[in-house]
Amino acid sequence: MIEVRGLVKAFGVKPVLRGLDFQVAEGEFVAVVGPNGAGKTTLLRILTSMARPTMGEVRIAGLQLPRQSGAARKILGVVSHQPLLYGDLTADQNLRFFGRMYGVSNLDDRISEVLSIVRMSARRYDLVRDYSRGMQQRLAIGRGILHRPELLLFDEPHTGLDPDAADMLDDLLIRVADEGRTVVMTSHDLTRAGELASRVDILSGGKIARSIKRGELDRGELNQLYYEVTRG
Amino acid sequence: MEAAPRNLKILTGITIGLFVLALYMVFIYAPREAVMGDVQRVFYFHVASGWVGAVAFLVTAIAGGVYLAKRDRKWDRVAVASVEIGVVFTFINIASGSIWARPIWNTWWTWDPRLVTATIMLLLYVAYLMLRQGIDDPDRRARFGSVYGIVAFVSVPITFVSIRIFRTIHPVIIGSGDPAAEGAFDMTPRMLQAFMFSLLTFTFIYATLLWYRIRLGRLSEEVEERKMEMMSV
Amino acid sequence: MAEGVGAVSRVGPRGAVGGYLRAVGAIVWKDIAAELRSRELLGSMLVFALLVILIFNFALELDLRTRQTVTSGVLWVTFAFAGTLGLNRSMAIEKDRGCLDGLLLAPVDRSAIFFGKVLSNLLFMIIVETIILPLYSLLYNVNLFHPGLIAVILLGSIGYVVVGTLLSAMAVQARTRDILLPILLFPVVLPVLVAAVRATTGVLQGLPLEDYQAWLNLLIAYDVIFLGVAIVSFDYVVEE
Repeated sequence: MIEVRGLVKAFGVKPVLRGLDFQVAEGEFVAVVGPNGAGKTTLLRILTSMARPTMGEVRIAGLQLPRQSGAARKILGVVSHQPLLYGDLTADQNLRFFGRMYGVSNLDDRISEVLSIVRMSARRYDLVRDYSRGMQQRLAIGRGILHRPELLLFDEPHTGLDPDAADMLDDLLIRVADEGRTVVMTSHDLTRAGELASRVDILSGGKIARSIKRGELDRGELNQLYYEVTRG
Repeated sequence: MEAAPRNLKILTGITIGLFVLALYMVFIYAPREAVMGDVQRVFYFHVASGWVGAVAFLVTAIAGGVYLAKRDRKWDRVAVASVEIGVVFTFINIASGSIWARPIWNTWWTWDPRLVTATIMLLLYVAYLMLRQGIDDPDRRARFGSVYGIVAFVSVPITFVSIRIFRTIHPVIIGSGDPAAEGAFDMTPRMLQAFMFSLLTFTFIYATLLWYRIRLGRLSEEVEERKMEMMSV
Repeated sequence: MAEGVGAVSRVGPRGAVGGYLRAVGAIVWKDIAAELRSRELLGSMLVFALLVILIFNFALELDLRTRQTVTSGVLWVTFAFAGTLGLNRSMAIEKDRGCLDGLLLAPVDRSAIFFGKVLSNLLFMIIVETIILPLYSLLYNVNLFHPGLIAVILLGSIGYVVVGTLLSAMAVQARTRDILLPILLFPVVLPVLVAAVRATTGVLQGLPLEDYQAWLNLLIAYDVIFLGVAIVSFDYVVEE
């Protein structure tokens, strides 16, 4: 689903990603972990074609970025650490707007369906600005899956959530992943990443330093490996 | 620290030589204008600096277009270097015009189209520099600079036309002159030679300054890079 | 994966045009819906416009004779000042909560986003103008109801909003976003303001069309040229 080879991204003179290779097969749930500033968000922004690679090859579902980004955006669902929602619109209006932008058919039914998936049906006609952070994030996930994307990208979805809201988000993430979608999630929360994902990639020094499949290591070993890799 | 390349040194030498010659031509070789007297000599450098301003902003617009197509930071360095030089020379153009206008038009300032256009142009490119100053990410700064450099350059002729539709009193020396314009005069051959020579000299000054400024931009980026490396080690 | 590629290729040329217009319409609808709720943008533009007119009243002592000559200038300065307020706010809404990213992630051409924002900005501008004009006419007992005025105001507003939307998209992404827009915008839209003021004066004084035809032509030329420049360059302003 995702194929990245020799990806370099520099901001000005400062390289963030240095020849990164990254592959994700269909149906996988991959968590990319790493310390702040390691380039997790940069990697995700390149996958969403919001940022251009300085060098290297990026393909999503066989489509080359950034050249075919228009086609690639159709099959991408993105949830970032910002909700990407309009505060002065209701949940219904937000989803209706994005549904039209994506050309979703049977929009009314799909909105009801999505709202029940993210358990927001009761707040359908309330303004987003009055939501708690957790509710905004749930609706953001609803926005991300609205057009039935094949590939979901989550950028630090747990940011700013209290533990209850974060657990609820985890349930939701597992549910959308179980629908057979491919998921890539960045996180700095190693424990959550280890529990949710089928594979954990550690990003360090601008490359994927280690890649661990679920069950290869237990929680303690994973933590230790993470500190060895990132502390150097 | 690398020394200036040999060609740049040669160019600098030529430019200095040309400038000394241009001073001779403007102040001694060219005859004193009969009606206006010595103050007319402002005209040679006045027009030449206006010319450099226009060329500089054209170069910025072109370099901006090339940057957007190729994404090579080199072109952005050309664009910003050219704006800085253009702003200085446009200012010289307006200030020298003012000095000339005081005795001839009996005022430091009039709302003449060329004067106003030159001033708007100055403001446009000061805005360009302020825009760049407000952006920290160098790639975004280069992109926005390129776009604004093109937008600004496209707007200048339209601004000129819009103010031109108002009445003008600025003398037109080249091309179809309006004999009624106050301060117009016919150039003698020597005046024309001095004028052409000034244009040539100022074009050389522009090229030399541009080269130095681009080099400075590249070097300061290298310094940044070294600093980053030192910090990340 | 094969499914996804299939879904992409299903969109024929007809579907592409439909999708483009649907996206433009969705943005306009969204901006209106949000504005109906908050009334922040129009509210601030209108109050500010009224304040500017009141300040002009005392600054210029708008007596009967002065009014004849300065009305069009006062009106356009008011529109231009209130306009920057609206343009800034309209783009700031997109920047809050990362909404601009949300727009850019949608599989629509960037120029559809640009046109959507231009149309809603133009709509807000025209609403403010249609409220301010009769109000001015009431306050100062000047007759502003000339059909020709509609054309002048439309042409002037289009040029102003096209350039303003492009530059406000740059200004909101800068560190100095609150102060930058008027500095970037006013030197570029100067010809629009000059031409619009002269043409408005021509219309209001009941001059024959050929007396201010040149200004209308200039406005049309400006609108066409900058529409082209803006469509081409908007991509570069919103990408990262």
